[in-house]
Amino acid sequence: MDKGLTLGNVEILQNGEPLLCLTQTIKPGEVLSIMGPSGVGKSTLLSFITGTLAADFTARGTVLLNGDDITFTPAYQRRIGILFQDDLLFPHLSVGANLAFGLRAGGSKTSRLTRIHEALSEVGLDGFADRDPATLSGGQKARVALMRMLLSEPRALLLDEPFSRLDAALRGQVRTLVFARAKARALPVVMVTHDAEDAAAASGHIVTLAPVT
Amino acid sequence: MMSRRLLPVLPALTLLAMLGPVVAGLYGTVLPAFGHLPAAGLIGPTLDPFYHLFGWAGLPRAVMLSVGVGMGATVIALSIAALLTAGWSGTRAFRFLQRLLSPLLSVPHAAAAFGLAFLITPSGWISRALSPAITGWDRPPDLLIVQDTLGLTMMAGLIVKEVPFLLLIILAALGQADTQRSAAIAQALGYGRVTGWLKTVFPRVYAQIRLPVYVVLAYAMSVVDVAVILGPNTPPSLSVYIVRLMSDPDIAMRLQGAAAAILQLGLVVIALIVWRMTESIVAVLGHRWVLSGARGKIDPLIGILALFAGGLCAFAVLAGIVVLGVWSFAGFWSFPNFLPDQFMLRNWLRFGPGTLAALGETALIAGTVTLAALVLTIGCLEAEYRHGLSLSSRGLWLLYLPLLVPQTAFLPGLQTLMLNIGADVGRTPVIFAHLVFVLPYVFLAFADPFRAWDVRIGTIAAALGARPDRVLWRIRLPMLLRPVLTATAVGLSVSVGQYLATLLIGGGRVATLTTEAVALASGGDRRAIGVYGLMQTGAALVPFTLALLVPAIVWRNRTGLRHG
Repeated sequence: MDKGLTLGNVEILQNGEPLLCLTQTIKPGEVLSIMGPSGVGKSTLLSFITGTLAADFTARGTVLLNGDDITFTPAYQRRIGILFQDDLLFPHLSVGANLAFGLRAGGSKTSRLTRIHEALSEVGLDGFADRDPATLSGGQKARVALMRMLLSEPRALLLDEPFSRLDAALRGQVRTLVFARAKARALPVVMVTHDAEDAAAASGHIVTLAPVT
Repeated sequence: MMSRRLLPVLPALTLLAMLGPVVAGLYGTVLPAFGHLPAAGLIGPTLDPFYHLFGWAGLPRAVMLSVGVGMGATVIALSIAALLTAGWSGTRAFRFLQRLLSPLLSVPHAAAAFGLAFLITPSGWISRALSPAITGWDRPPDLLIVQDTLGLTMMAGLIVKEVPFLLLIILAALGQADTQRSAAIAQALGYGRVTGWLKTVFPRVYAQIRLPVYVVLAYAMSVVDVAVILGPNTPPSLSVYIVRLMSDPDIAMRLQGAAAAILQLGLVVIALIVWRMTESIVAVLGHRWVLSGARGKIDPLIGILALFAGGLCAFAVLAGIVVLGVWSFAGFWSFPNFLPDQFMLRNWLRFGPGTLAALGETALIAGTVTLAALVLTIGCLEAEYRHGLSLSSRGLWLLYLPLLVPQTAFLPGLQTLMLNIGADVGRTPVIFAHLVFVLPYVFLAFADPFRAWDVRIGTIAAALGARPDRVLWRIRLPMLLRPVLTATAVGLSVSVGQYLATLLIGGGRVATLTTEAVALASGGDRRAIGVYGLMQTGAALVPFTLALLVPAIVWRNRTGLRHG
């Protein structure tokens, strides 16, 4: 069985016009960086992989995850985590409740609380469980968003320009953290980025998409 | 809750709830208008009901009132709202008026009309404030101000309530077009505030507010409660005449009422066509005006007049509510005195129990209707989000249709139809009738915030393994708590203000605060009107206050939700 994420002859059309096509296999722990100008369909490709393609797009091809064909699986059953350039923490939930929303169901209340506290201390945010997410700094929010996603035990990770809103100092830090965590969990990663530095840091295969003419 | 089978049906169900009664009502109006009422042994078609109608000496006058008041109120209210925005948007005075919008909008038409009457009658508050020092009156002068034969007071009553509505609609449209920079550029080119705004922003704004303006026109032409309170009696406006005919036990009168309802519908359709054609003419003239390059010399004067007119509207509604309050506590109140000679609780002790019963009925109906409207609205929007089933793709027209068809054209028919098939009049049909008017407003209030929600949050939640229902209930709706409550308040206030639907479909047996208050109009007992009018205003205003307070309290520790 093929471990990892496989995109087989994926072709995306916008209102019937071809936008992009791609065939790639990302092995566990590897990072595929996708670059290219705005509007070329990078984020659209990610929404196809998560199963949330907007109505004016159609797609062909298959998505295989660890050998399972998930092309037509509902988004919430795919177990593919995604991080955007905005942290998108749920603003009405505390930091801890955000993590609890991500944490896979099951286990006693105490064991769930323990796992949430462990997750927070893993990224140096001990005691942040009851905080309002809006009061956190940009770097802190990014770390909470990462842990929220990891607690849902995804089988693959997508990154949609996840570091572009962070300032230069923070950027390298968060980037290292994300790649290290993904590697530790042996997740295949697809990263969309504008930044050549991101792609270099990922030290994986780089695909540059060009507009279809 | 939202099962996979139920959700896709909701848009169709919503259309049915909104348009079904309108279509059925029009059908029920057309048949008796041509003398066809099998339940009463009458087989048509015949033109007799129309002959009877046209034989009524008061008809020309009633038609003139309907058309004149409707057109006049719409033109003036739209002018005030547009010029006010043109001259003052972004200023401190404008922000102050903006903050008054919600309370002004929630005041029911009937209460605002009573308040206005209590301000401007010869023995009203304004006359008392000026007497005897300025006017020299020591008794109320013998002038016919309220219920004047030209319907001017009625027009004023409609204007003070429609200006806030149109202002709200204009503000919503402004948010969607890049208007601030256009206005700034026009001013940099040497245009005055008003002229610059009218030339660069207004055409775009008007394209967006066209349907609500039509709603105001149709409403003002066919309104009943404001006409009963402020309009002339001999003859009354066409709508009031229709209601009189429909409550006559004589079946021939009901046929004539149906014929009058068809006439009312025709008048509104013609008025809308004329309005639409005038739009084109104004557009041509406006284009010439733009090409002329006139910079607007009298802009400051127009701005000041518009601010004065807008302020006057706000004052009329708010001072009207205050004077209702004063009357509700008034004992003996001799004429030129500005305040009652004595304040007492007796009016409240006397009418309080009656208002409480009516409040219960009002709350039960409004609560049920609003809940139903919310479920249908959220269901429609969620179906649009999940399945791409868009209600709006079939045009906003469908949403506005129930508000464009004059109430007096289809509600009498609905009543006749129900009597024909032996359905019982009463609370349940009233709830369905209210839903026709509540649904569009709730939908319009909630659709924009719902659609503006960042769908990436939904993607994140789904990626975390949350099913669509969980995303809706745990993430999307809690985040949208404020607009949910605002839409709820809008729904409640629309239901609270319904007069004709409650009166006709309730068969006179459903007593809400509004029907009870309007019924007091002919008696002229100001203390009773004060008590009922104040309760009616409270029933509409309290939900708006809660809609502001509850999110502030629930999300007091959530900075991210404090704004927007």
